[in-house]
Amino acid sequence: MNNFKVLMNGIIKENPTFVLLLGMCPTLGTTSSAFNGMSMGLATTAVLVFSNLIISLIKNLIPDMVRIPSFIVVIASLVTILQMVLQAYVPAVYASLGLFIPLIVVNCIILGRAEAFAAKNGPVPSIFDGLGMGLGFTLGLTLLGATREFLGTGKIFDFAIFPEDYGMLLFVLAPGAFIALGYLIAIVNKIKKA
Amino acid sequence: MAYILIFITAIFVNNVVLSQFLGICPFLGVSKKVETAAGMGAAVAFVLTIATIVTYLIQKYVLETFALEYLQTIAFILVIAALVQMVEIILKKVSPALYQALGVFLPLITTNCCILGVAILVANGTYASYDVDPSLLTGVVYAFSTALGFALAMVVFAGIREQLSLVNVPKGMEGMSIALVTAGLLAMAFMGFSGVDGGLKLLFGI
Repeated sequence: MNNFKVLMNGIIKENPTFVLLLGMCPTLGTTSSAFNGMSMGLATTAVLVFSNLIISLIKNLIPDMVRIPSFIVVIASLVTILQMVLQAYVPAVYASLGLFIPLIVVNCIILGRAEAFAAKNGPVPSIFDGLGMGLGFTLGLTLLGATREFLGTGKIFDFAIFPEDYGMLLFVLAPGAFIALGYLIAIVNKIKKA
Repeated sequence: MAYILIFITAIFVNNVVLSQFLGICPFLGVSKKVETAAGMGAAVAFVLTIATIVTYLIQKYVLETFALEYLQTIAFILVIAALVQMVEIILKKVSPALYQALGVFLPLITTNCCILGVAILVANGTYASYDVDPSLLTGVVYAFSTALGFALAMVVFAGIREQLSLVNVPKGMEGMSIALVTAGLLAMAFMGFSGVDGGLKLLFGI
């Protein structure tokens, strides 16, 4: 399979948010605005690309029995590095994502791709797979964040479309996350069938 | 009194699933039947309480003593993974009946983000805006009540989904889509509890 195909597979055909339904906690928890969703998506992408790269490089050194714990150590180290980088360079993003940054460790997408792809393929396809899955996740989170922000406050990426007074506050709050994602998935299903 | 406040707030007002978005994967994944949902809830309650005690002690007496706070994420996830394995082994020996009931859910719990999430919240002492000093006891009360809140949300949601499987749903909405909208309505219902914590605070004079 060529690398471009691997990349597009993650973004569209096996989109983690709308098709595989993986990593639902950050998907729902950090998408109160398009910007927050996008930052979470990009943070996850960064971890995913490097974890796929490292795991594909060391896969032959790890005994099969301790495969999963070793993957978790690699992922947790990368998340710790990411946490420090975000805290140092973009403290605003660090503050708004809060608890969900350390929780990238338990995001099923990352361990899932490590196990399903990086442990079986070479470093270059693994990077593309990580990038594709990460961008697919980012796309999903940004779309959900934009929908919620638009319906809730009338803005997209802080750019006002209609006055905030007419917004449905519900969509910024917790229930709106579930409902907006439910309908987005229904729309994606509809498009897939057509 | 502060403990009652923590207890009620963690279950109803700041429900871990429906308002904090932790543990969504099992919430959506194993909620097709009430029995499995209850089993998952019990397993989480068990592991979450033990994991919180262990991680809290590790944070206080290992990480903070040796100034290794930055290793928190790595240390906690490894401890939780090892702990889940250990609980599984011990349970198998000590109480086969309980193992029968919870066994299948235990391996799934390692990647349940509500365990790591609550462990981090308790260890950092950032869980409580209830004017109580974060200590081991309040942490345990918080963890256990959170787990009860998780179990409650799971069981209620599974009950609704059992009913939902009997009705006709529009084509595109079948499966996860309608489940998410249902969860949204459930979250809306739980929003009705917001403000209860403030009232309790007044009532208890905290």
